[in-house]
Amino acid sequence: MRTAMILTAFLVASTQALADDWVPPVTDDLVRKECGSCHMAFQPAFLPARSWERIMDDLADHFGEDATLPADQAAAIRTYLTENAGDVKGRGLARKYMRWVEPGAAPLKITENPAFLREHDFPSQVWKDPKVVTKSNCLACHVQADQGNFDDD
Amino acid sequence: MIRTLVLVALATMPTLATMSTLARAGESARDAILADYAAQSRAADPAFAAFSAQRGETLFRTEWAGGDPRTPSCTSCHTADPKNSGRNAKTGRPIDPVAVSVNPSRFTDSADVEKQFGRDCKSVLGRACTALEKGDYITFMAGQ
Repeated sequence: MRTAMILTAFLVASTQALADDWVPPVTDDLVRKECGSCHMAFQPAFLPARSWERIMDDLADHFGEDATLPADQAAAIRTYLTENAGDVKGRGLARKYMRWVEPGAAPLKITENPAFLREHDFPSQVWKDPKVVTKSNCLACHVQADQGNFDDD
Repeated sequence: MIRTLVLVALATMPTLATMSTLARAGESARDAILADYAAQSRAADPAFAAFSAQRGETLFRTEWAGGDPRTPSCTSCHTADPKNSGRNAKTGRPIDPVAVSVNPSRFTDSADVEKQFGRDCKSVLGRACTALEKGDYITFMAGQ
């Protein structure tokens, strides 16, 4: 019992220490698979629920791609993303990102959030690295990004 | 014809002792997907005889002009050797090899296969692929 309490205290402390570079990871298998088939499955905490509604409303034109899914799968994914959105759960990096989202706004790109831009002010050759391809390719540098860990050292 | 193939496949199975159960399950799932594309190809053209790995390879390597400029060819993401890991030319996400010899789970889930052809054909060819093209492609990859 005592050990459990000490362990819990330790876990809470270490989670808080990481809070700046951490978001709750995607835990839903369907979301991991379908949202992760062309890009990393972005954690819902980076956008407010309104954004996820907008994204799920137009999968036929998903940043220029046809990402259409069967209706039942799309509905389940929509539920997960909106229930775990940054303005709903607000854990870890979500707090930092939500601060920049205007009330009622529904941004589509995580990479345009000032919280992102501030941390990614690099010379252009960094973005031109063939492994990077695009700013949304978190895993090119944050090797544990898909686990919600955006620690960069 | 299909029934004969299935019987032959069943008959040869016990001799393939080194093959894992998973790979065998994958093979029969892949055969079922191919049989479905074969039926569609026959319906579209009664002269359809069989899929061709060679046509599949041509499809794989052709530089098409109608799709997304970032993906003129299948090789844009999958590299010239389908046994290699690839990289999504738009998102940078790594892609597992397409060659069945190194990735036996390829082409074993019909819904996933249809979804991927739907997206990739649009992106590379700028149109949907025919059942014949899909069957040829899988046949090529099954031999790789």
